[in-house]
Amino acid sequence: MSKVIVVTSGKGGVGKTTSSAAFASGLADRGHKTAVIDFDVGLRNLDLIMGVERRVVYDFVNVINGESTLKQALIKDKRVDNLYILPASQTRDKEALSKEGVASVINELKEDGFEYIVCDSPAGIEKGAFMALYFADEAIVVTNPEVSSVRDSDRILGILQSRSKAAEEGRSVKEHLLITRYSPDRVEDGDMLGMDDIVEILSVPLIGVIPESESVLQASNSGNPVILDKESKAGQAYMDVVSRFLGENVPLRFIKAEEKKGFFKKLFG
Amino acid sequence: MGLFSFFKQNKKKNTANLAKERLQILIAHEHADKSRQAPDYLPKLKDEILQVIRKYVQVNEKDVNVNVEKGSDYDVLELNITLPESR
Ligand SMILES: Nc1ncnc2c1ncn2[C@@H]1O[C@H](COP(=O)(O)OP(=O)(O)O)[C@@H](O)[C@H]1O
Ligand SMILES: [Mg+2]
Repeated sequence: MSKVIVVTSGKGGVGKTTSSAAFASGLADRGHKTAVIDFDVGLRNLDLIMGVERRVVYDFVNVINGESTLKQALIKDKRVDNLYILPASQTRDKEALSKEGVASVINELKEDGFEYIVCDSPAGIEKGAFMALYFADEAIVVTNPEVSSVRDSDRILGILQSRSKAAEEGRSVKEHLLITRYSPDRVEDGDMLGMDDIVEILSVPLIGVIPESESVLQASNSGNPVILDKESKAGQAYMDVVSRFLGENVPLRFIKAEEKKGFFKKLFG
Repeated sequence: MGLFSFFKQNKKKNTANLAKERLQILIAHEHADKSRQAPDYLPKLKDEILQVIRKYVQVNEKDVNVNVEKGSDYDVLELNITLPESR
């Protein structure tokens, strides 16, 4: 059985692509045949975050238009077995993704034995975001501890439960909340919404909390999904997300403020 | 709580709490607005009901009235069909 998982948020720049790359790499690393699809037509970025930008020959829209086969367009990752990337097109035609076209690609991936199909959604609540979530069985809603991000997450949750294929068929999309760019220190200082507050407002089960971390930028600079950086807190937090998704009971990490240095420690420590 | 941390907490407003309150109010409003709207399936539902009725009785479209009444605990689907006069 294969599962389609959309990584979505409404708001842009919250960490969807970072999370899609990490999550898909993590699933594949755990032995599951996984494809990650970039739905951000016109603004493809997943290829860059995955470090495969120079290997892009054909893209998602080429496959839909019959200009290439799916096999030709899928890029096999060289670091992680079982991981394949389907890059977005650079076309400016927003109508390039049709429901039928997307359905045929997803079905072909299922027939090819992909266990997980991860859909990296573009920002917004327009066509591209709709296409990314339409076929989803499960959704990872990426939220930053910040008012506009939380509100947009709430709106995208509404769309998931009213306009997805699952909703049309009377099923529901299984929701997971992923809080990213979290700073426990700032939460403790009262400057940032805490994870419990966000969970209470959105009432969606939490699948993980990714700390704000320099390693994310370093990972994107070098084109390695941050989950492969097993030393980094963000990488470890993403590994925990994958474990929880696979049904393991893993406690949250990196959610407490660093112990404040006392006055003397500041002076002499 | 030590004296220093006491001062530190009072010096600055806790904006995170403010954010939470504002979000809770906003989202409650947005959800209420949404549930006040008629469901998307209403036109299609009306159409299909009309087709079923027409299998048995000839009715005009204007004789079929479909309405959703929003209650606090539950919604009521109201269906009003005026049948042609029987002789
Ligand atoms: N946990 C994090 N810590 C620090 N920076 C992050 C983190 N997650 C994402 N970012 C940064 O935020 C920016 C937007 O991330 P991206 O994944 O492209 O978001 P989206 O796909 O939602 O637009 C990028 O510059 C990325 O490096
Ligand atoms: Mg993105």
